[in-house]
Amino acid sequence: MFDLIQRMFGKNDPCSKDIAKERLRLVLVHDRVNNSPQFMEMLKDDMIRAISNYVDINEEDMEVTFTTENSSMAIIANIPINSMKPKSTGRR
Amino acid sequence: MGQVIVVTSGKGGVGKTTTTANLGTGFALAGQKVVLLDADIGLRNLDVVLGLENRIVYDLVDVIEGNCRLRQALIRDKRYENLYLLPAAQTRDKNAVAPEQMKQLCADLSAQFDFVIIDCPAGIEQGFKNAIAGADKALIVTTPEVSAVRDADRIIGLLESEEMEDPLLIVNRIRPQMVQRGDMMDIQDMIDILAIKLLGVIPEDEYIVISTNKGEPAVTNEESLASTAYKNIVRRLMGEEVPLMELQVDDSFLGRIKKMFGMKG
Repeated sequence: MFDLIQRMFGKNDPCSKDIAKERLRLVLVHDRVNNSPQFMEMLKDDMIRAISNYVDINEEDMEVTFTTENSSMAIIANIPINSMKPKSTGRR
Repeated sequence: MGQVIVVTSGKGGVGKTTTTANLGTGFALAGQKVVLLDADIGLRNLDVVLGLENRIVYDLVDVIEGNCRLRQALIRDKRYENLYLLPAAQTRDKNAVAPEQMKQLCADLSAQFDFVIIDCPAGIEQGFKNAIAGADKALIVTTPEVSAVRDADRIIGLLESEEMEDPLLIVNRIRPQMVQRGDMMDIQDMIDILAIKLLGVIPEDEYIVISTNKGEPAVTNEESLASTAYKNIVRRLMGEEVPLMELQVDDSFLGRIKKMFGMKG
């Protein structure tokens, strides 16, 4: 009965199109990143450049990945550090 | 020089051929000289949608291989002045032509026609590369469904890397009642996700099936909603500002009561 009344007055359910939109948002970020290898390379290079101002990093073992988990996106970077840079060479 | 437009999508079955046929016929009805080019070699369908399947003598591959002159392969549609078709080959595959050859063909065609509209095959392989090679502008057809949108996004990315600027979006087969209920993505969702300029919206319309059955593009029918939508797109492509069609569902209280009792709104 309540169902009937609700239908008559139109209730707002979490609707399937919003689910679709959210899923697409995540899938497309993933697709775009994977389909453009230069993107990850450029991101990695920029990160190396910025971080190298402060620490000496092991570029070869550095890993940068995109993850989509539990409907949130994140960039996960694993950056092995060889040593801290001496304070005198800290550049802006 | 005429404009060379490619109608593409990535996903199959979203309405590229239907769109090509209807836009082409719409342009012809508006007095433009148009040629439609079926680039779906091996799986041709533009001929059948237009009702010209019995008129094919030579095809696109014949022209490119020099087996015939371009003039001999072009089929003039006797029903609409200035509408021509260059059909695809059915017994070859998409490796039969190369992008440079398509580019040359499109240049030759655009010298004779106001509009050259290319029906692109589904996919992203050789057929797609051939179809876009000679085009100035791309129209991306999608339906408001997850897989179609995903593929359209991929196509947009590929077009960008081919330096084809500013593709235009056509949202096809939209169902206003489903949109109303929140069961189908709406126009704004499409624009938000794909981030390209919207050219037009075509509602789901049973008449499309009928028009293909008969081989008479829907734009020739006055009452079909899809027909009006296609004609509006033609006008926009010719530079006119045409507002989007009102696709309203009767969502009033009375409308909802009627729906509950299975009556049409």
